[in-house]
Order: sequence, then C-alpha cells, then structure tokens
Amino acid sequence: MVEFFTTTNLGILLLTVGQCLLVLVPLLVALAFLMYADRKVWAAVQMRKGPNIVGVFGLLQSFADFIKYIVKEIVVPAGADKFVFFLAPLISFVMAVIAWAVIPFNDGWVLADINVAILYVFAISSLEVYGVIMGGWASNSKYPFLGSLRSAAQMISYEVSIGLIIIGVIISTGSMNFGDIVRAQDGYGILSWYFIPHFPMLFLFFISALAETNRPPFDLPEAESELVAGYQVEYSSTPFLLFMIGELTAVVLMCALVSLLFLGGWLSPVEFLPDGILWMVAKMVFCFFIFAMVKAITPRYRYDQLMRLGWKVFLPMSLAWVVLVSFLAKFEVLGGFWARWVIGG
Amino acid sequence: MSVAAIAFYCFALTTVAGGLFTVVSRNPVHSVLWLILSFLSSAGLFVLLGAEFIAMLLMIVYVGAVAVLFLFVVMMLDIDFAELKAEMAKYMPLALLIGVIILLQLAMAYGSWAYSDGFETRLAAPQGDMQNTAALGLLVYDKYIMLFQLAGLILLVAMIGAIVLTLRHRQNIKRQDVLAQLYRDPAKAMELKDIKPGQGL
Repeated sequence: MVEFFTTTNLGILLLTVGQCLLVLVPLLVALAFLMYADRKVWAAVQMRKGPNIVGVFGLLQSFADFIKYIVKEIVVPAGADKFVFFLAPLISFVMAVIAWAVIPFNDGWVLADINVAILYVFAISSLEVYGVIMGGWASNSKYPFLGSLRSAAQMISYEVSIGLIIIGVIISTGSMNFGDIVRAQDGYGILSWYFIPHFPMLFLFFISALAETNRPPFDLPEAESELVAGYQVEYSSTPFLLFMIGELTAVVLMCALVSLLFLGGWLSPVEFLPDGILWMVAKMVFCFFIFAMVKAITPRYRYDQLMRLGWKVFLPMSLAWVVLVSFLAKFEVLGGFWARWVIGG
Repeated sequence: MSVAAIAFYCFALTTVAGGLFTVVSRNPVHSVLWLILSFLSSAGLFVLLGAEFIAMLLMIVYVGAVAVLFLFVVMMLDIDFAELKAEMAKYMPLALLIGVIILLQLAMAYGSWAYSDGFETRLAAPQGDMQNTAALGLLVYDKYIMLFQLAGLILLVAMIGAIVLTLRHRQNIKRQDVLAQLYRDPAKAMELKDIKPGQGL
C-alpha cells in the first residue's frame, strides 16, 4: 500500500492531490471563520454586535454570505474586456492559494520542501498585483482603473522593503528554507525567536504586510470614500467572492510569514511544552487578531504619505538593517546571536 | 515519456506561444499579458534545469517588477491601433532585413560551432549538496566580485543619469512641506475627548 503511493506515478499523483486538499480544505474553512472573527473584532471595537443572526453567535455568517455570492447574477460591464475581466479574480485567488505549497505547519509538514521557499512566496506574492491591475483595467471604468493604478504602485513599493527585511532573516539563517529558518530559532524558547535579534524589522514587516495586502490603514486601492470600491467596483457574484477570498488568503499568508520568520513558527515559547502545529496556528491567529485590530483603530493614510513612508522611510531603514545584520552576523557579535547558520557559513 | 519531459514540452510550447502572441495580438495590454506568460513558463524551464534560484529571480524581477511597470505604462497609453499598424507596415522591410541578417548570423555561428573537450561535465548540474543559491553566491560575490560591482556601478550611473535627465525644478508651484506637516501641533488641529471604555460618545 505504501509502495503504491511512493513508487507508481498514479500513486504519487493521488498522494499529492490528497496532500493539497489536506492543506486547502482546512485553510478555506478557517478563512470563513477568520472572516467572521475579523468582523466581530471590528464590531467589538466600535461597540456593535457584529454578525449574530446566522447560526449560534452568527458563526455561520460567512457560509451564508458564500451562498449569497454564488447565487447572485454575474454582471459584466458593456465595454469590458471579457477574458481579462474573468481572468483577474482567478489570478487573485490562485496566486493567494498556491503560495501555501511551501508553508510548513509543523516540522516537515509541508507540501513542497524546496530550497528557495521564501523566494517562492515572495515571487508569488509579487504576482498577486496582477489580479488587481487586470481587474481594474478590464472593467473599462474610471474608478477601478484609478484603484488598480494605486494598487500597482503601492504593492511594488512595499514589496521592496519586504524583500530587504526577508534578506536580513536569510542572512541570519544561512538558508531560504522555512524549515531551516524555524529550526534556527530553536533553543531557549521565546528568547531565541528572531523577533528579538530582528526587533525593529518585525514592525516594519508587519506594516509592509498591511500595505502589501491592501489592508486598512493602507486600503487606498479600494478607498470607498474616494474610489467607491477601487478595482472591485464592477465585480459582482462569484468573481467578487474570488477577489475577497484571495485578499483574505493573502492576509493569512502574511500572518503565517510573520509567525515563521519572527515568531518561531511551530516552536513552543517555553521549553517544557512540546512544539507542534497548535503553536503555529495560535501564532497565526494572534497575528490575524492584530491585523483586525489595526483595521479597527487606524484611520486611512493619505496616498502621498503612503508612498513617502514606503520609499523614504522603510526602504532606507531596511537597507541599513541588511548592512548592519551582515556585520553582526559576519563577526558573530553576542556569540552568534545574529548568525545561526545551519548549512555552509 | 517521463514527467519531466512532459513538463518541458508544456513549458516550451507556452513560452513560444506566449512570445508569438506578444507580437501578433492587436491589443498592447494583451501583448504584455502574453509576455508575462512567456516569462512564467521560462521560469518553469529554469526549474526543470535545476536552476531554481534563477527561476525565482526571473519571477520576482521580470514578472513581479519589470512587467508590472510595462503594464502600468501600456495601460495608460491611448493608442490608435490603425495608426500603429500603418507605422508598422512602413518599417516592415527594415525589420525583415534585420531579422534575416540575425538569422543568417545565427546560422553561420551554428555551422562553425565546435565543442571543446569535456563540455558535458561543465554543462551538468552542480555536483554534491551545494545548493545553487550558494554556488551562485560564491561565483558572484567571491570569484567575480570586481565585475559584479562594476556592473552595479554602471547601473547606478544609469539610474542617476535617468533621474538627472528627467528632474526639473518648476517655479511657482505649491509644494508640500512634509516636515511642517509632521511637526504640526496636534493640540491645535484636533480635540481629544476622554471616553470611558464601553460607553462611547
């Protein structure tokens, strides 16, 4: 039986599909509840009740929304480029989902354990911008177009600083594999995690992640007071749902990245408790809670301020940090606090 | 046929088809999208060759940044397609001439091509457990550091040149004073109310 799944082509194919489903289905179900959690947190901050009708405490609200999106009519604008119009939400969704192929949930629990995993995630998340640009252009309408232009500029700007922050972590680890990055943070529990040696970068990464995923306070591509809903204006029904799921999946992916890069992934914060997938999930949920809180308590940025922050504050800071970490790692300052090379060195 | 061979033919076909449609599609935005497809399948070809680092770089740099800027510019252009076609027809003989010359050169080079001894070993993927990220790093930052830095300097000069050429200081326009905005006294701009938690206004 085991041989069938490891040696024959059909077996390997079935095994891979099964593994993909094992990641995808829990992820999508979790998304439904995270969406609900997002709205509940937002409501609690504003002293509203939030969704509370469908199911106990409104727990099934996301599923009701899902059915509603599916059965509505799909409206296509008259002047739209039909092919690109429907390609855009698909790209947005697919790009958000395929990045999970390299995210480990526990030691060795990963679909594709590749050497350049972190570059892969970075590449995929830089492709997510195409969904937004294509959607905005294909709608053949003013507000979506303006929204997509904004989004393109914004996502490219913050990708640069995200890339540089990731380079700092890679220098500390000496590997681009997520497993190696997390294992390099093993040792004295919470004190060994990268958020201490890379302390300022945790915040820079988090804020860049907010901008990269178009979350408030950087949700300028869909700023409803200026652009109605940005690139999503002309979308309805299932294509809109795909955009929404794609966006939320990207947010959860960023939560996973923060957990893996800075918060020790599946490692336990204290030494006497075992490591495991529960820690990873708990850290991701914590990050998502912070995302939701930021959405609830911050006012929206002005666009020129956003660009200034990205290029004139974050980029120089993260670049300087890369240089600093290179020195700290090379000369093994503080007993190699910044240099935890697993391989090479 | 092995899985790798099937994947190779898929990627190769998509690369060629993407390149072809880049040239023949009527809408420039579609052209850029086909070009992106072509880039992506070339990244797939690199992965098949075992050069996963270069594949990822191709995706990050070309697809994630360069092509986005292309798309950005092309989307904002207001292009008259008929005029564009007429322009193209005008330069067609020249383009054909250049194409034929390059084809001839390639044919001549291929005709007199000779392999030196032991080229198979040099073409093969790196041996041992050296990852190609590390291998590339050793080459670029140790062995050829001088050339690498020189290339970087040339790019820097080109960048500064582009900025200098396009920078103009216009008079008589309103500019933002960012520092003045940042150091504005909050007390003068807004009123803070002390609200007890759970009560609201």
